[in-house]
Amino acid sequence: MSEAKNQILNRIKTALDEIPEEERPEDISVSRTYHQKGKLSEEKRVNLFVERAGEYQATVKRVKKKGIKGAISEACKRQKITKVAIPTGFNKSWLPDFLQPQFDSVDTRLSHNKLDQMDGVISTCALAVAQTGTIILDAGAGQGRRVLSLLPDYHLCIIREDQIVELVPEGFAQIEEEVKKEGRPITFISGPSATSDIELSRVEGVHGPRRLDILVVG
Amino acid sequence: MQISLFITCFNDTLFPETGKAMVHLLERLGHAVDFSFEQTCCGQMHYNSGYHEEAIPMLKRFVEVFGDAEYVVAPSASCVAVVKEFYPIIAEKTEDPALIKVVKELIPKVFELSQFLVEELELEDVGAYYPHRVTYHPTCHSLRMLHVGDAPLKLLRNVKGLELVELPGALECCGFGGTFAIKNADTSIAMLSDKMAHINDTGAEVCSSIDNSCLMHIGGGLSRQRSGVKPVHLAEILASTEEGA
Amino acid sequence: MSKKSIQHTPTFEETANAYLTNSQLRRNLGHATHTIRNKRTKIVGEMPDWEHLREAGNKLKKRVMRHLGSYLLQLEESVEKAGGTVHWARDAEEANRIIVDLVKQQEAEEVVKVKSITTDEIKLNEALKKEGIQALETDLAELIVQLAEDEPSHILVPAIHKNRAEIRDLFQEKLNNKELSDRPEDLAEAARLYLRKKFLSARVGISGANFGVAETGTVAVVESEGNGRMCTTLPETLITVMGIEKIIPTWQDFEVFMQLLPRSSTAERMNPYNSFWTGVTPGDGPQEFHLVLLDNGRTNVLADEVGRQTLNCIRCSACLNVCPVYERTGGHAYHSVYPGPIGAILTPQLKGLEDDGAASLPYASSLCGACYEVCPVKIDIPKVLVHLRGKIVDEKKRNGSIKQRLNPEHVGMKWMARVFQNSKKYERAQKIARSGQWLFVKDGTISKLPGQLSGWSAMRDLKPIPDQTFRGWWRTRNE
Repeated sequence: MSEAKNQILNRIKTALDEIPEEERPEDISVSRTYHQKGKLSEEKRVNLFVERAGEYQATVKRVKKKGIKGAISEACKRQKITKVAIPTGFNKSWLPDFLQPQFDSVDTRLSHNKLDQMDGVISTCALAVAQTGTIILDAGAGQGRRVLSLLPDYHLCIIREDQIVELVPEGFAQIEEEVKKEGRPITFISGPSATSDIELSRVEGVHGPRRLDILVVG
Repeated sequence: MQISLFITCFNDTLFPETGKAMVHLLERLGHAVDFSFEQTCCGQMHYNSGYHEEAIPMLKRFVEVFGDAEYVVAPSASCVAVVKEFYPIIAEKTEDPALIKVVKELIPKVFELSQFLVEELELEDVGAYYPHRVTYHPTCHSLRMLHVGDAPLKLLRNVKGLELVELPGALECCGFGGTFAIKNADTSIAMLSDKMAHINDTGAEVCSSIDNSCLMHIGGGLSRQRSGVKPVHLAEILASTEEGA
Repeated sequence: MSKKSIQHTPTFEETANAYLTNSQLRRNLGHATHTIRNKRTKIVGEMPDWEHLREAGNKLKKRVMRHLGSYLLQLEESVEKAGGTVHWARDAEEANRIIVDLVKQQEAEEVVKVKSITTDEIKLNEALKKEGIQALETDLAELIVQLAEDEPSHILVPAIHKNRAEIRDLFQEKLNNKELSDRPEDLAEAARLYLRKKFLSARVGISGANFGVAETGTVAVVESEGNGRMCTTLPETLITVMGIEKIIPTWQDFEVFMQLLPRSSTAERMNPYNSFWTGVTPGDGPQEFHLVLLDNGRTNVLADEVGRQTLNCIRCSACLNVCPVYERTGGHAYHSVYPGPIGAILTPQLKGLEDDGAASLPYASSLCGACYEVCPVKIDIPKVLVHLRGKIVDEKKRNGSIKQRLNPEHVGMKWMARVFQNSKKYERAQKIARSGQWLFVKDGTISKLPGQLSGWSAMRDLKPIPDQTFRGWWRTRNE
């Protein structure tokens, strides 16, 4: 054990010497009486998510499964996107023909500089939280390495209606296992990049994707 | 009811009119009041300034004076807050189980005046008459420690002839804070200036409160400003009748 | 902690006036704090279970503090199992030495940093500079503060004391951008382009941590701009400095803190980006992760049973935004990286009460209690302030200099305590005060007071002590 570690642990022991030896952490009871499970129907949840995510200046559209390709096409044309980064495991059949996709995979990793030159990135997500309008990425299939959804200036995210939970506790609960088993890196996205430093005027976009479009598929 | 008056050293010395008003009011409402000359000070100033050891004899004295009382009522939210919130802590420090017990038993009998009237006596109309435009400043102790809520406003609303005007930024501290007003005079004055601006904006004749400490500070500033606004403790307003106070 | 000779950081009382008279600071800060204050009230008002969350947050932190040793060991084990390396630093010097060595191992001369008050606390940037390593701040406000060679004045909005024209001038000069306007969007764009080049070439990133989960070894960074994601994802090596109090027990506990923090700090339901990483993920992000655990006085705070709750702090700054003192003086008046109400209790406990400036901070408060009302983890700041005042007075009594013990306030307090012990003494003192005041009464009012009391009469009149006290009246009434 390093000297520093030893000394810090000893300091802590001395600092806490008034606490009885037998006390265990669980003896300090924590009542989880805050809301842990949502009550809304799926339809209401979806509506709430669309409303809340929209408040962050993300464009949110609802589409049917067969309309995905068309919706991606519309969004990319509107945002003037042609060169897109596509994560491993993304459903290629959804991609309209006019796009120039660069596929990221274990064998062909897109470099940071290459990603910086892309117009945008299209991905799916792990789940979404309606109450806060949050998208959760877990680096899984269709989402890819974290840098993919970070460097390009535009992010188009495809969410299924059944991926939307109501409350924040439900969001954390759903990804708990994969974090514990695989140590997956998790990213929460609630709107595009923002800052409000200069005289508190809210300025959209500094480093992360400044434009965020969300498709909710039912 | 038999009410033991806890006038507070501050009111006893500097604002006897407030104490007198409380006596007239409670007697008018049909209660018997007593005053023990043995009372001196609750220890607030010493305790808040860090002189904790010095506060212990003051606590003991308080407990001795008021231990047998049925009800202890004071026209001061800050002093009552000290008794209710800090006396248990101070008593714990002495590690004297008898004292700790006696403090615990005494506390539920100690009240600030407006809380006593509205919550204990369940009165909102005390038959007062005060034909003036009044604005009310809720003090930090009353709001955040005693949680008197809007008891004072309820009482003021029922005073005949009184025009009650809401104070903007009411929840903001006036800047008194005990020795803070002198130790950090510059900051205290900056806070006071904004409070006075709000008060002057209401066009009120009178600024009322349930703590003469804050009123002394606010009133002192208003006087220096020659603003023409008078500071008047709630007890004095409630004691005022058509026949005179 | 080494015994330092008595320091003289300026006291709050000495410096406050300079800031109170800064009209731009007063307007900006007044506007900012009132705006965020109202937004916070609204967004918290949406949550019917807010008090339950606060209570849970408080209890979870209590659990952590009372068992900090075992939680730290659990965290170390989890992080190392996930491929990270844990270092322990007793104080700022040690932490800086560890970090400098790690950066040198990578042969990097420039590192990119996410805003971290902890790194400001240990003065990391200066330590790196001494070794020829440039640490580039990447938060827009921190970048502004760094380019201006200034100090942050607010936990969350560090450049609030600068207006857009000042920032434009700064960027024109330092970022070599001569045509720049002062519109916020343009300023942000200029910063973005400048920093992007840096992000793409940086090989070492340094961050702080909002939370560290003992159970899983996960570290969390909460942010708005995206530079946190940049610094923790792009470089090959990531070094995170974390105060030992930032631990939360389990992954599940995020459900409490990730609801408390965004609503309390930026008054949002959720802030734009949150990164939760666990050790190292092959092929994704930094392949080397170092977590530096920092004490630097926190164990002193831990040792104080009443002061211990100070460590609950999740750095939301809600207390700053409601404090009537902070909104008028700003952060620099506290002479600490931790200003405002939380600073008034944390700084003296970290620095020690021998430091004059630190010892003045517990008195820089009117004890109004607005901070306690909004603290998401229920730190009873007024209670700790009064407790620290008690420690300061005790210290004065035990080890105070002659000057301190003869201070009029000290003498006055002890005299009054004696007076209040006896009703006869008390009544005599009342008489003395009444008769002595004639020196100061003019035209029915007192408008000038001597010595230390002149602070009162500078702006306030005083009503003279009436001829008859309440008890005098009661006595005659009952005869």
